[in-house]
Amino acid sequence: MRSIYRKLFRDLWYMRGMALAIALVVTCGVATYVMSRSTLDALTTTLDEFYSEYRFAEVFATLKRAPESVARRVSALEGVDVLATRVVAGASLDIEGYQEPVQAQIISVPDEGPPVLNGLYFVEGRSVDAYRDDEVVVSDAFAEAHGFRPGDELGAVLNGRRKQLRIVGIVRTPEYLYQLAPGSFIPDFERFGILWMGRTPLATAFDMQGAFNDLSLILAPGASREEVIEAVDLILRPYGGFGAIGREDQQSHFYITEEFRQLDQMATIFPVIFLGVAAFLLNVVVTRLVQTQREQIAVLKAFGYSNIQIGVHYLLLVSGIMLLGVLGGLALGIRFGFGLAELYMQFYRFPYIHYQLNPGVVGNALAVSMLAAYIGTMAAVRRAALLPPAEAMRPEPPPRYRQSIVERLGLSRWLAQPTRMIIRHLDRHPVKAFFAVIGIACASALLLMGQFFDGAMNYMMEIQFSMAQRDDLSVTFFEPTSRKALYGLESIPGVEYGEVFRAAPVRLHNGNRTYRTAIQGVEPRGDLFRLLNTDLDVVEPPPDGILIPPHLGKLLGVAPGDTLHVEVLEGSRPTRSVPVADFMEQYIGLGAYMRIDALNKLLREGPAISGVFLETDEAVITDVYDVLKEIPRVAGVSSRLQSIEDFYDNMGETMLVFAFFYTLFAAAIAFAIIYNSARIALSERARELASLRILGFRQSEVAYILLGELALLTLIAIPVGFMIGWALCIYMVSSLQTELIRFPFVMSAGSYAFSAVIVMGSALLTGLIIRRRLYRLDLVSVLKTRE
Amino acid sequence: MVDPDRQLVFQARGVTKVYDMGEVQVHALRGVDLELYAGELVVMLGPSGSGKSTLLNILGGLDTATDGFVGYLDSDLTRASQRELTEFRRHHVGFVFQFYNLIPSLTARENVAIVTEIARDPMTPEDALALVELGDRLDHFPSQLSGGQQQRVAIARAIAKNPQVLLCDEPTGALDSETGVIVLEALDRVNRELGTTTAVITHNVTIGGMADRVIKMGDGKVTDVLVNQTKKQPHEMHW
Repeated sequence: MRSIYRKLFRDLWYMRGMALAIALVVTCGVATYVMSRSTLDALTTTLDEFYSEYRFAEVFATLKRAPESVARRVSALEGVDVLATRVVAGASLDIEGYQEPVQAQIISVPDEGPPVLNGLYFVEGRSVDAYRDDEVVVSDAFAEAHGFRPGDELGAVLNGRRKQLRIVGIVRTPEYLYQLAPGSFIPDFERFGILWMGRTPLATAFDMQGAFNDLSLILAPGASREEVIEAVDLILRPYGGFGAIGREDQQSHFYITEEFRQLDQMATIFPVIFLGVAAFLLNVVVTRLVQTQREQIAVLKAFGYSNIQIGVHYLLLVSGIMLLGVLGGLALGIRFGFGLAELYMQFYRFPYIHYQLNPGVVGNALAVSMLAAYIGTMAAVRRAALLPPAEAMRPEPPPRYRQSIVERLGLSRWLAQPTRMIIRHLDRHPVKAFFAVIGIACASALLLMGQFFDGAMNYMMEIQFSMAQRDDLSVTFFEPTSRKALYGLESIPGVEYGEVFRAAPVRLHNGNRTYRTAIQGVEPRGDLFRLLNTDLDVVEPPPDGILIPPHLGKLLGVAPGDTLHVEVLEGSRPTRSVPVADFMEQYIGLGAYMRIDALNKLLREGPAISGVFLETDEAVITDVYDVLKEIPRVAGVSSRLQSIEDFYDNMGETMLVFAFFYTLFAAAIAFAIIYNSARIALSERARELASLRILGFRQSEVAYILLGELALLTLIAIPVGFMIGWALCIYMVSSLQTELIRFPFVMSAGSYAFSAVIVMGSALLTGLIIRRRLYRLDLVSVLKTRE
Repeated sequence: MVDPDRQLVFQARGVTKVYDMGEVQVHALRGVDLELYAGELVVMLGPSGSGKSTLLNILGGLDTATDGFVGYLDSDLTRASQRELTEFRRHHVGFVFQFYNLIPSLTARENVAIVTEIARDPMTPEDALALVELGDRLDHFPSQLSGGQQQRVAIARAIAKNPQVLLCDEPTGALDSETGVIVLEALDRVNRELGTTTAVITHNVTIGGMADRVIKMGDGKVTDVLVNQTKKQPHEMHW
């Protein structure tokens, strides 16, 4: 090996503490990148494969009822490749040993052969016998939640008729990877199930013989989806079509892609920040190294090493550190990525997952890390390369000290000599002190950011589920019902109070921007469901006009005062213009809200309701459930507390898993940064401090000069870090806004405390290590070497 | 002995060097004329601040003159680019510094090797270290060697590439008299055995005894040139 490389390796070994600390930061950055990227790659590949293997449709349409002949007209459309019709119906289930009512969606399977589109993957059991009216196949999430196995039975109310059903198979399907009960934003596998039944028996039960109410299709290659959707809508309109949608609006697919997008953004933001910190640390360390190796550089140059060779030498040193970090990051990222992919496989109920590490991901990790490192060290390496040898041979002139501001203000008489030395040193090296503060502040900011999600999520749930929604149970009916239904429910023992609501599926238009959602009509002066304005004050729904969340306003390009065109997707399907009265706050989902009488008027109907919010006596809630289960028109019952639990179990988990990893990495980085700053300070000042020891300063006094500075910088850095953390979180909040979740920018006191405690803990640990080194300082040898 | 037929290695004419130190201009050299001939050992004597280190740096291509002419063999160093100066240093000059300037992370052998690896026709690091009688310290790190030993490693490093010239800046400046003599013996031996043109700068008048010529400097100028009729052996000197 050439001696110049030996020097490289020995230099690296000598500075191994600092090198490892930087490598650690790089490892964290690369690990988060590789982990999230490879997981996302695995998820997208698996999703695509699952979709195509099980022929997930590209256009979906639901309607009231149409004869099969209509399907043939749709099939004949140009651009339609494969088409399938189904009967889909709602039902309520009664599960033995389970108190609460369960809502179900029953989907038909063809009499002959497996479904042409939206295929079923059998986890267990077999498909139904086409002509038996008591056999069903159930979705695996639902089966798992209740511990169903093939052979188990459950009771159901089909179109008002009670029926005992036997489970023969358990399946997964691309159509319901994400299972949401109608009108809900949060998956609930216990209270909402998807069932499949033979077409003939299901059609018989719902008077749909020779007809269908659900249609899905795959497009011919090169066909325009928009044109096909338009043509399908035209055909289905007379049959109560609710409007066809493309795959991107299909509920399960939409929510999955939204979540993937969120993961994707987190996978970009965090590594970028980590690598930025690594570049910054490298800059500090390499600048310092070049300074201490001035004479070595001079000698190499004196003996004929060229500028380029010297530059390459230090770049190799940087590359060595980075390579170490990248390799560590790859190993860790693959390890975590594999685990994370498995976790997501279970979460999304993919039958399999293809975890693979894309060479592109490795290449990117390496390229971006190296680029960050080279940018970070460019100035220092350039300085080394261009150092004039004759000048480098002379020792650096002693730095010019002067009295610090504090002293010039006359405050020095209260300060002891060591304290004055700390202040003078900081005053003399403001740039260095600034960078040290920024470094530690970065650590504090990263920690704050890692904690942000936890706090924001709790806050969001608090607003949504205790300020806005305050019901114990919300009951929805199969069809809009008269207001009298409220009195029926209020008479159930255990029900204390009720408020009605009306919900209607709509498509909101503004020019050519559209958004499909539901308008919920709520009672004025309601207590169980309250609307909050963007300042989170409770507001009354206006007598007319509509309230929407700002994010929906952004999507549709409307502001308060503008007019929205509402296309109602049920009943006589009227289209109306409604003014946007104001913006309202809603963190989960994107709905629109009106006063119930205004909505009734808009729908051209009497005082109809879709459901009721109930306040109940917790002690007798199971009795309430029992009664509700017996009411045929009740389609579903959901409990607010259960929704909160479901949220944390399902959606919260995916974010918090990420946040946990980031917090872990952020803590490691915090230590790395602080340790690094202290080590550099020690190496820069060892000689000065040893001289003080020789002059009779005690170990503790010398330690105070160095560690006091560290403590001071740390204390300044923490609030600065909070500010950087705010900026990062605000950026993250704005870039993570989705139609599903919009995180509020709130920072809990706990997050600040956590960040500050970890930073101070790291500083303390660093202080202890540095003090040990300081006490072992070899006084004589320090003075012998020429600085 | 100075033989007029001998090859002229260095020629300096009216060399000046001005350092711009912001508010003040420091004139380190004020018009130096000088010749160095092949194979001779020259001692440049002068107090600190007399400009001798500056002159040595310019001769060695570490620094450039503000004005004047410096020629090395057939080439003009005053017109050389940084790249050419690097090549000049790489293939023609060996340096020895007052504070040895060894790379602390490399052993004696590696400190020599780092130079021989980029040279055209070097001796082996082992041979070079044997020449300074350090054949038994090959794998010691600088921190494991005494000052005199470190300086001899530095000399081995300087001569290992078989340079035409050896430039030594206060080679004994950091050493006691006894150790200094050992180092001077190594330099003398290299000069005699390899015929390397050697320039030693020092403020120590005694060392002038071992030179073929003594060039005295003061205030940025050559003040006197003495030719030694009889050279002393290093072991005959002490201070």
